[in-house]
Amino acid sequence: MAKRSSTFVLSAMCFGYAFLYIPIFLLIAYSFNDSKLATVWGGFSTRWYVELFQNEQIMAAAWLSLKIAFLTATFAVILGTMAGIAIIRYGRFKGRMLFTGMITAPMVMPEVITGLSLLLLFVSMESLLGWPAERGTTTIIIAHVTFAMAYVTVVVQSRLASIDQSIEEAAMDLGCRPLRILYDITLPMILPAIISGWLLAFTLSLDDLVIATFVTGPGASTLPMVIFSKIKLGISPDINALATIVIFLVFTGVLASSWINRKTSN
Amino acid sequence: MGIPEKQDHFRTANKSRISTLVRNILPAKKADEIGKKTILAVPYLWLSVFFLVPFFIIFQISFTEAIIARPPYTSLVEIEEGLIQIRLVTESYLMLFEDDIYWKSYLNSAWIAATSTLICFLIGYPMAYGIARAPAHTRRRLLLFIILPFWTAFILRVYAWVGILNNNGILNNILQWLGLTDTPIQFLYTDFAIYIGIVYTYLPFMILPIYTTLEKMDLSLMEASSDLGGRPVTTFMRITLPLSVPGIIAGSMLVFIPALGEFVIPALLGGDDSLMIGRVLFDEFFLNRDWPMASTVAVAMLIFLVAPIVLFNHFQSKEMEAK
Repeated sequence: MAKRSSTFVLSAMCFGYAFLYIPIFLLIAYSFNDSKLATVWGGFSTRWYVELFQNEQIMAAAWLSLKIAFLTATFAVILGTMAGIAIIRYGRFKGRMLFTGMITAPMVMPEVITGLSLLLLFVSMESLLGWPAERGTTTIIIAHVTFAMAYVTVVVQSRLASIDQSIEEAAMDLGCRPLRILYDITLPMILPAIISGWLLAFTLSLDDLVIATFVTGPGASTLPMVIFSKIKLGISPDINALATIVIFLVFTGVLASSWINRKTSN
Repeated sequence: MGIPEKQDHFRTANKSRISTLVRNILPAKKADEIGKKTILAVPYLWLSVFFLVPFFIIFQISFTEAIIARPPYTSLVEIEEGLIQIRLVTESYLMLFEDDIYWKSYLNSAWIAATSTLICFLIGYPMAYGIARAPAHTRRRLLLFIILPFWTAFILRVYAWVGILNNNGILNNILQWLGLTDTPIQFLYTDFAIYIGIVYTYLPFMILPIYTTLEKMDLSLMEASSDLGGRPVTTFMRITLPLSVPGIIAGSMLVFIPALGEFVIPALLGGDDSLMIGRVLFDEFFLNRDWPMASTVAVAMLIFLVAPIVLFNHFQSKEMEAK
């Protein structure tokens, strides 16, 4: 490769990574700023962290969001793994086109459409079946599972496609029952994909603002909804503190898991 | 010990034993079949009820009229004197063309989404290229740092830009310190801020698919080209770029489609007059409480997006089959 093009690529990469990370670093830096004005440096302070943990509204919303994300991830992993197995191992079946379409479409569907359509479904179900009588945590979980399971399916699917199917075939030839094969061979082999699918679904659920805003009812405000209404009013330094905590948790989590991955693969 | 015992066992086996064996196996087969069907049926049913049916409901409600009631729309099917009557109201669709706010925001959203996609491509392609051609151990680390921001809360990353683009934000402070401007420049609450927000949020979605195609590429093709005297630019334009088209298309769709319907970024970074269709739909629903109009806007958006979504699905399934 010519030297000129590699300097171009190198500078593009420097610019790109700086673009991605400078806002994050600024967010962290200003969370320790004593001044209420975001741009004036008033000295090092941890007062916004204290204020954050004293803010009952944020704490309640964070707890609700974590609960929703946990249940969403668990259900999404179950449904997504089933869907992934069906797509990869079942060959051609009736309605396969529709099925794979329903798996990939939620990933690219604009959130406002997913949110509106699910809300209208819940409203229609309420008038026809009497359920769900009121919207809130349950309806948010159903909505989140629906779009998160698509991501789990894709992760599980690509892992399933890459593992050696002959082990499953050997077990089948030796008279092993399909359910046993599933529990003793297939699931342990795709476990890494199931774990990353769970984490992905957890993050997606924790991140979602638009869909939750549509399908929620009175009393159930998730963390992104509370943050959104606070940001709408302008800069609030306790959100910086919250962001720093989130960034710290995510970075340690992701870096640790990639480190473990490398150790185990070596 | 075990073998004679087993032989003994077989010798005593009679017809009735065999038949019970067969009887035990058959239901087992049937159970396996049911198990196999369940694995497919459960997610199928879930997606049909919570993904497919809602679209029919949106479509249906888009043909009703807004009223003050619970739920706030008229019903499509009415029973009058024992006759089932279907009342289609096309008022919302007429509004879509008559009130210029709708088509203006469609065009504006499409323009903003397309431009942002192009900017993502221009920044993302060289980055993906650089990562794909880096040594294996650095490649892993570089890739990790592309994915990392994706795991941190989206709304907090958008919020970071509020602090930067503010009138007394960091960017304006730097510009004033450099003496480039005396009065703060309005960055926040403009279309410029929307572009920044979209590119910042969706850049990783452009980089990853392009990286995947570049990484799979057979490097000997490029060597052959340069051996035959092709200049690096020629090699890039005639081999690398055409071969990475599937990645470019997948990445572009992953940026364009969500950007078109984006609500959070225009709501937080854009001005009150910034027209984006996702925001119009949101306001139509939450501020005007006009559910039929919101549904109509959604249907029109879906029609607009059918082609990109089908294109994405096509490449996605091709990718899956290639694996």
